[in-house]
Amino acid sequence: MGQTTPAWASEARWKKIAIWVTAGSFVLLVFLTFDTLSKVSVGGERVRAYSVINKEIDYRYDEKQKRFAPVIGKDAPLFGQALSEEEAEKLVMLGKKTTQAKNCMNCHTLLGNGAYYAPDLTKAWLDPGWIDAANRENLMLAFLKDPAGNARSFGSGRRMPNLGITDEEAHGVVAFLKWMSAIDTNGFPNNFKTLNTKE
Amino acid sequence: MNSIVTALPGKIASVFTRLDSPYLNGGQQLAVKYFSVATVLFFAQLLFGLLAAIQFVAPGFLFGWLDFSVNRMVHINAMVVWLLYGFIGSVYWFLEEESGTEIAGLKLGNIAFYVLTGAVTIVVLVYLLIQTGPGKDSTIWFINEGREYIEAPRWADFGIVAVMLVFFYNVAGTFMKGRWSGISGVLTLDLIALAGLYCAGMFYLTNITADQFWWWWVIHLWVEATWEVLVGCIMAWSLMHLIGARRKIVQTWLYIEVALMFGSGILGLGHHYFWIGTPDYWFSIGGFFSALEPIPLVAMVVHSVYDAGVHQFKSRNHPALAWIIAHTFGNFLGAGVWGFMHTLPQINLYTHGTQWSASHGHLAFFGAYATINIAFFYMAVQKWRGNVWMGGELPGNGWKWKWAMALLNIGVLGMTVALLIAGYEQSFIERAVEGSTWSGYFSAQNHPWFQQAMHWRLLFGLITIAGLVLLIWDLMTIGKGETRPALQLSEA
Ligand code: HEM
Ligand code: HEM
Ligand SMILES: [Fe+2]
Repeated sequence: MGQTTPAWASEARWKKIAIWVTAGSFVLLVFLTFDTLSKVSVGGERVRAYSVINKEIDYRYDEKQKRFAPVIGKDAPLFGQALSEEEAEKLVMLGKKTTQAKNCMNCHTLLGNGAYYAPDLTKAWLDPGWIDAANRENLMLAFLKDPAGNARSFGSGRRMPNLGITDEEAHGVVAFLKWMSAIDTNGFPNNFKTLNTKE
Repeated sequence: MNSIVTALPGKIASVFTRLDSPYLNGGQQLAVKYFSVATVLFFAQLLFGLLAAIQFVAPGFLFGWLDFSVNRMVHINAMVVWLLYGFIGSVYWFLEEESGTEIAGLKLGNIAFYVLTGAVTIVVLVYLLIQTGPGKDSTIWFINEGREYIEAPRWADFGIVAVMLVFFYNVAGTFMKGRWSGISGVLTLDLIALAGLYCAGMFYLTNITADQFWWWWVIHLWVEATWEVLVGCIMAWSLMHLIGARRKIVQTWLYIEVALMFGSGILGLGHHYFWIGTPDYWFSIGGFFSALEPIPLVAMVVHSVYDAGVHQFKSRNHPALAWIIAHTFGNFLGAGVWGFMHTLPQINLYTHGTQWSASHGHLAFFGAYATINIAFFYMAVQKWRGNVWMGGELPGNGWKWKWAMALLNIGVLGMTVALLIAGYEQSFIERAVEGSTWSGYFSAQNHPWFQQAMHWRLLFGLITIAGLVLLIWDLMTIGKGETRPALQLSEA
């Protein structure tokens, strides 16, 4: 082929561009990753310390940011017992591992990611379905241990199966859900009315 | 008993060696093994997808036996694995031709195939029979990791990494022994990234924000970066092989695609960091870069249609070329258009975690990745039969491949539209009106609009699986008894 390739279509040039663009994007991503991981470490403003489960948690519209944000309130220890940071971490960890072991994410979403067969768990701790703060812990424990027997399917016919969650694991899961509800999710879900608003 | 067990590996191997064909080179014999397992897993994927879809319509179906979570996990895991099997097979397929030499360490590559297939079998059996475990590390190691798409237990993760290393050795070793090219250079670097990313999903974290941060590294940087470039390489080779496109042109395109895809897709990762607890700056970074992601996908449509047009749509293999064109349009529509529709944070606030994502997920995975694998299956079967004719004028006017293609595409498009309607309805009723409480979630699920969409999805799911059955039948019979040789292309 006699024709000459115009400069913009030169293979060698595009090869160079490809290498530089890829390397540049990757370096930026690595930089942003370090920054993000430092800002989302446990105990910071976005992801609270595990001992936040000793506190009252709410989720309200924030006039300044113009979006919903978690609000940490007065002492309200989970299951009536204040825990140290280490104890709280142990409990939340048991809960997190249980959510993985029971495959919660293949029916529910967590932080909006997962499956769409069952409700989002991001703010499950704050859901008005638990009636009020006085009933919540017991209802949640009973539900987790026997979801089919305590089905709350809102007329959909969908039930959560019994996953063999033990009493100890159920306590862990509730702690994990309470801790997760305090994560600052940039206003997702929007306009969520917690069980405290309802009271 | 003992003798049965010791004889088993030989028995299994003999099943697969029956697939050998005298017309293929060593890498291609191995590729056919990968393709046949991929097809079986494709069928399993759709079967379990149907079970899950039935449960949306009749929630009591198989309750307590095969719950939705189990069916869905098998559905999406079978998908990820069969697509990877297809990709690995495709690379083995053209490795010798592209490098001009025999595959380095092919024997090891064959062993790796059996190891991987054995591991996949065990993982699936455990998913189905054991399903869940106690909330301990042992469950994560031996039963199920409980993280969408990468549920495979940790022991299997290490197995997968080991097999990937063997595969990588085959690829890099062969090119080093033979010759390098633009395609093989991009391919080799891309495989390093693809395998490396998998490691980002191999550790446990209690901090769910950090957990999902890394989880998306695997999922997003696979499907929107490294897999796209991998299929770019496969496409480049296929276009040369199928229609005689010139190497210089396809390689230039490949570099353009790498630049555009990595340039937008790597930072486009940010569109998954809007709501998981990560800082606000991801709104702008994720929104901006992911909004650019459709550009390379448009470029690929232009590239393939233009190249096919230049060669007057004359090709050695009509079904394969048709599926390649389907790939470029599917990639553009499913990933580019459907992805773009919900990628800006202002919209994603209401669509996040609804059937919107499922609508996009189906069209994107099918359109971008299932299609190109199917194209490759057709190229493989052509040579496997002795490089026979596969242009126009096939017996019965090629009705099987045409109907299979029509049913599969109509089925997936129909499901996509049904899910899109369900997603819109959720965005409005569950998210916007009711503020995403549990009762809001169920109001949306119980609404007739949602219920109807689920019935339509099931119907189109049945059409999809009918298409797959026909496709498998066609792949097993096409070219049988064909005496005309394949079209010879003059290298332009
Ligand atoms: C072939 C390429 C692609 C594939 C296979 C793919 C697949 C998927 C899948 C399966 C999900 C759901 C993940 C989950 O389960 O939570 C998803 C989410 C998403 N995708 Fe893609 N995608 C592709 C390309 C794109 C592109 C190019 C864009 C943007 C232009 C995009 C935008 C999004 C967004 C914004 C989400 C998040 C949805 C949510 O908030 O729930 N995708 N993708
Ligand atoms: C017989 C046809 C199919 C049926 C009935 C079906 C059904 C389903 C169902 C019920 C779900 C769960 C959605 C949820 O959590 O609410 C799902 C998820 C999914 N399916 Fe399919 N499916 C089919 C074919 C396919 C095909 C061909 C692909 C791609 C090649 C695919 C890819 C996916 C993906 C990526 C997800 C996860 C989506 C997400 O999390 O956003 N499916 N499918
Ligand atoms: Fe993405």
